[in-house]
Amino acid sequence: MKISEICEKIEAKVLCGDTDKCFEGVYVGDLLSRAMSHVCEDNIWITIMSNVNVIAVASLTEPAAVLLAESVELTEDVLAGAAENGITVLSSPLGAYELCVRLHDTLAETEI
Amino acid sequence: MPETVKFHFEVDGSDFSSAGAASVKVKKKLRQLAYPPEVIRKVSIAMYEGEINMVIHANGGTADVEASDEEIVIVLRDKGPGIPDVELAMQAGYSTAKDNIRNLGFGAGMGFPNMKKYTDYMRIDTVVGEGTTVTMKVKI
Repeated sequence: MKISEICEKIEAKVLCGDTDKCFEGVYVGDLLSRAMSHVCEDNIWITIMSNVNVIAVASLTEPAAVLLAESVELTEDVLAGAAENGITVLSSPLGAYELCVRLHDTLAETEI
Repeated sequence: MPETVKFHFEVDGSDFSSAGAASVKVKKKLRQLAYPPEVIRKVSIAMYEGEINMVIHANGGTADVEASDEEIVIVLRDKGPGIPDVELAMQAGYSTAKDNIRNLGFGAGMGFPNMKKYTDYMRIDTVVGEGTTVTMKVKI
């Protein structure tokens, strides 16, 4: 499923990047070493971390999108780094649990 | 596949914002050289963890990567404080990172465990007060 197809359902705005990328699953977590070894290319990575190290981890793991929960935003320089590395970044006011529920339901609907 | 390609990086220990930069560069180069995605993934994880360790604990250092058609060798050298108890440092969840570092998302205590898990060979040479050299190999 394309990132662009779920933005409305999760109340997300696009901070940067291509929303034509597809995802099939989700990883949630803020500890970067955990994320580093578990985020897959077909994942949306949900986190509340917004520092520049998130960009490094996303550059290495290349998820379909980084989804910032709880209205977390990126500073301009971090955002510039994300854009430079071709990372898609979304931000939603919803919490990680609610985001997971909505993403799960949307994915499940399309499978039927 | 190329014969042997070498990369050298200086890892800046004072700048958290550039931590991971060498790993990202290596990943891009290995992709250009058409190494298998799984190999690139392992190298990326292991090298990123090593690079972060050098920034957090050792005020930076150097990273040397040698890529051949048989294996990728990563050597990380620092002149940091050394590791008094390597066995303890290898335990998953053990971390000496301070709170300000943890607030950035580091300090999960998964650095060395990830490096070991995602490589085929890992060796730590460390002398307290002098520094640490970590050698890792990923087979193609």
